[in-house]
Amino acid sequence: MNKLHRYFLKRLFYSIFVLIGLSIVIFVIARVVPGDPARMALGPRAPQFAVDALREEMHLNNNLPTQYFYWVKGVATGDLGKSLVTKRNVTEDIKEFLPATLELVALSAVFVIMFSILFGALAARHKDKWIDSLIRVMAYTGVAMPSFVLAVLFLLFFGYIWPVIPVLGRLSAGLYAPPTFTGLYTIDSLLVGDLEVFWDALKHLLLPALALAVGPLFQEARIVRSSMTDNMTKDYLASAVAFGMPDRVVMGKYLLKPSMIPAVSVMGLDIAAMMGNAFLVEVIFNWPGISRFGMEAMLHKDLNAISAVIVVFGLIFVLVNILVDLIVAYLDPRIRLGGGV
Amino acid sequence: MGNHILDIRDLYVWYRTYEGYSKVLDGVDFNVNKGEKVGLVGEAGCGKTTTMRSVLGILPEGQFHIPKGEILYHGENILKMKPQELHKIRSEGMSMIFQEPSAALNPVFTIGSQIFDVIKYSGEGNSAGSRSKNKEKIREKAIQAIREVYIPDPERILECYPNQLSGGMKQRICIAMAIVTERELLIADEPGTSLDVTIQDQVHRLLRDLVDKKGMSLVMITHSLGVAREMTDRIYVMYAGNIVEIADTKELFANPLHPYTLGLLASVPKLTGGGVTEGIYGQIPDYLNPPKGCRFYPRCDRADHSCQQEKPPLRDMGDGHYTACFKV
Repeated sequence: MNKLHRYFLKRLFYSIFVLIGLSIVIFVIARVVPGDPARMALGPRAPQFAVDALREEMHLNNNLPTQYFYWVKGVATGDLGKSLVTKRNVTEDIKEFLPATLELVALSAVFVIMFSILFGALAARHKDKWIDSLIRVMAYTGVAMPSFVLAVLFLLFFGYIWPVIPVLGRLSAGLYAPPTFTGLYTIDSLLVGDLEVFWDALKHLLLPALALAVGPLFQEARIVRSSMTDNMTKDYLASAVAFGMPDRVVMGKYLLKPSMIPAVSVMGLDIAAMMGNAFLVEVIFNWPGISRFGMEAMLHKDLNAISAVIVVFGLIFVLVNILVDLIVAYLDPRIRLGGGV
Repeated sequence: MGNHILDIRDLYVWYRTYEGYSKVLDGVDFNVNKGEKVGLVGEAGCGKTTTMRSVLGILPEGQFHIPKGEILYHGENILKMKPQELHKIRSEGMSMIFQEPSAALNPVFTIGSQIFDVIKYSGEGNSAGSRSKNKEKIREKAIQAIREVYIPDPERILECYPNQLSGGMKQRICIAMAIVTERELLIADEPGTSLDVTIQDQVHRLLRDLVDKKGMSLVMITHSLGVAREMTDRIYVMYAGNIVEIADTKELFANPLHPYTLGLLASVPKLTGGGVTEGIYGQIPDYLNPPKGCRFYPRCDRADHSCQQEKPPLRDMGDGHYTACFKV
């Protein structure tokens, strides 16, 4: 196990460099895109001296390495700079918008994990039967339909034709957000025991999370299915059957665990990618998330906000990847232990 | 025929392919008596493994078709059995050792977990007594079985994953799994083929000794007549899905009859004879369009017109020696 610990410490260490690299790239890209951020922040009618003053304040007149140095200096002291749009410290913005997206993606991830295994296992178990075909058709549809199309359909159906479930925002009007511990409304409301807010927050989460989950869900279901049908032809499965083990043990133990290994790796990446892909879903469902915030920051050339959002995304991506590696190592002793006695 | 544990009668197994049915088994007759060690010998792809996998019902699901035939286990047709009955035979009657031990052991579970499950679902695992006591008993049994296949330090082996063991050790573990509970028939599918020669010999000897000690019957699938000679009492020679010769082991080597058997014997390199002198030209026929008549005639130097017209039946040559050839 010691070897594994060292491996993950090493991974953590390397990921610092990944984040530094990422921040440099995004820092440069954000600045070479044409347009003067100071001018955009102050508007076309602002006097030139005000723009010049802001440029000076933001170190925009220095060369890129110097600018980057100022930025890193800020980050090291926990100061991500001021947003040109919200006029607040970017840290504040992230604190406000990140939990909403985390909550959304977390529920989507639950959907993806649960249903991809369920559908994948069902399809594999009933390979080439009607149930497999049905799931296949659902999968093709689900993967082919972009999440924003689904989001619009949900909005149309549940907002207009059959309004049984709320479609906009994180909470119904009249309810107050629970006190902030994690920023995730469902968890915070449970922590203070406010079930009404919990239900309302959960209902608001449902549709956007589903819209976001459907694509990756079916893609993962296909991976689970193909890895299961692949493993079904392995001798170790024939062996388990030949030893007279019951179906539920053969399928639920001897087939499921090895089949999850390829699925988990892809699932991790897809779930991390949902952070960024959430943008259109957040726009449609009026969800105050960080993906939407980041997109608006880019449109406004809000330099500090762009860098902060990208670095936060990068951090989450890196962490999810390490988590995925941990799970895979748990599932697969060949990775965990290497060869030899 | 009261003594047969296993009696396969006129078995046909076809595989579904895109080009049509691949007609692999073509009327196989095969039986095993109590306490007998039987060899099933033939070259690669002749249907040995298919025959024995169909006995355990582990042919690839949805890809095969059995148009005709019976597999009788103590007189009951396995092919017509309800799932529970088949289950009982698999968990208490027979066990199988596969050719490739690395493929036969699940890579993501410990050796212990896999042996425990074999015991647990064999009907011997759920005796009376508390749960923890039961668990202890299962563990004891597993350790005992690992000792019986001569692997040192069984407690540690139980915690190991298959990839931590060598090929020979893995095959011993597979043998341990097959004998850990009482069963009367052991099917060994080329258990030594994937191992190197010295280990192969140890594994074969271990297998023979264990089968003798436990009074089990053995079906030994092998492509090597030499291995069959060491291990078995009686040999079935198989060619392209047909049994072409049956005889007691001694009789077969003393008096081989079928041209295919003769060819197999001639292809064995002799220590005294300076390497391989002869062999059989050509290859196993295309199972999609197998030759009418004797499936061996395209490769047979004795074949004539009659061999192409009709399939030769197994004929009794006396003393339990059967052969399927018109020219003998």
